[in-house]
Amino acid sequence: MRNRFDNQLAEMNNELISMGALCENAIASAVKALLEGDIKLAAAAIRIDQEIDRKEREIESMCLKLLLQQQPVASDLRLISSVLKMITDIERIGDQASDIAEIVTYLSGACGHNTHIDQMAQATIKMVTDSLDAFVRRDLTLAWSVIEYDDVVDRLFDECKSDLIAEIAQNPEDGERVLDVLMIAKYLERIGDHATNIAEWVEFSITGSHKSAMHGAEAAAR
Amino acid sequence: MENKIEIHNMNLHYGDFHALHDINLDIKENEITAFIGPSGCGKSTLLRSLNRMNDLVENCRITGDIMLDGQDIYKNCDVNLLRRRVGMVFQKPNPFPMSIYDNIAYGPRTHGIKSRVQLDEIVETSLKRAAIWEETKDNLKKSALSMSGGQQQRICIARALAADPEVLLMDEPTSALDPISTAKIEDLVLELKKDYTIVMVTHNMQQATRVSDTTAFFLLGDMIEVDDTEKLFSMPSDKRTEDYITGRFG
Repeated sequence: MRNRFDNQLAEMNNELISMGALCENAIASAVKALLEGDIKLAAAAIRIDQEIDRKEREIESMCLKLLLQQQPVASDLRLISSVLKMITDIERIGDQASDIAEIVTYLSGACGHNTHIDQMAQATIKMVTDSLDAFVRRDLTLAWSVIEYDDVVDRLFDECKSDLIAEIAQNPEDGERVLDVLMIAKYLERIGDHATNIAEWVEFSITGSHKSAMHGAEAAAR
Repeated sequence: MENKIEIHNMNLHYGDFHALHDINLDIKENEITAFIGPSGCGKSTLLRSLNRMNDLVENCRITGDIMLDGQDIYKNCDVNLLRRRVGMVFQKPNPFPMSIYDNIAYGPRTHGIKSRVQLDEIVETSLKRAAIWEETKDNLKKSALSMSGGQQQRICIARALAADPEVLLMDEPTSALDPISTAKIEDLVLELKKDYTIVMVTHNMQQATRVSDTTAFFLLGDMIEVDDTEKLFSMPSDKRTEDYITGRFG
């Protein structure tokens, strides 16, 4: 009945999945570069980000074409509009992975050991992977778990900040390096926020509303 | 918003064929209600029942109630008066083969209005309300058939308005028109809802989303779902509605 449209939607879906995979790759490379001080991996993360930017343009133009040609309604409309929103978040995650990689490049591997940064990196990778899996599997429960998990990343960020304040207090001459590490922590925390946004769009594409965001607003008001 | 029309447990048979099954629907005053559904689903049949046009169909039998302002239109009701109160615009523009003026004055004349001044006023007001006055005011004696399709449809709307109805039924009013005429009719319909209650059958989903407040989806004689138009087209409750509006069948 609507083979062409279904094929176009499947293609859009696949492209988003491959953009998500690139994004996971970019963060994994940036984080590994950070933890192991590997500058080659940092350069790879920056390259992947450029590919992510290209993918964003491609998917955006596919979505606009679908809106124009098919004038979608109901689940089709929710899916296409969610994809249009999600690619912005995925693209931002790519930018932040690239920003981390750039800092690693001039830190020259001198990040120093920081357990909380390590934990934050693992937690944000998990959030990104789970949010994309939630999209692929149309899994509402997984999307909600990503939204909740953002609190873990936020808490780790606070702990990381405390570690870094203590480090500055001990070695004031190390201030510049510590601030760079703080920037990395902030980028990771932002990646968590973007993964949360992706999960919220997965929720919207399935349910037609942002229930979790509404609950959050109600909780904040209380 | 008050209910202008209330349909309760309405069933319609054409001979042995059960065309509408147990329809329950409220149509709100000064709103636009759209009926959508595949061909043969009963939406036009229901529309025609609202001013008893099915009375003319042989073997057509209706049970249940259709209330207009709380009065049952199938019991102790003057059909001529009903059709004045509930006007109809058809899919294909069907002006009478006479002048634009006489098209509009036809209804009022049959209802006994003879005064030229009064008729002039009705013709002008109706053409203005139908947003066709500027295009016709210097050519009122011209044959309505010489106008374009979109202009003819607005003349037909003006003709329906000349009877001073409360409800306007429209059966796919733009399906025979080009996009510009369609846009004009849609603008007009949105303007008219301030003064009239409008029920529109349409095969054009985008049109239903653009103009209607409430949409009812029909399938094989059943009313499957009725909801706020925005809700029905973004998050329908019934899988059959979703499948129809997304083009998976129909």
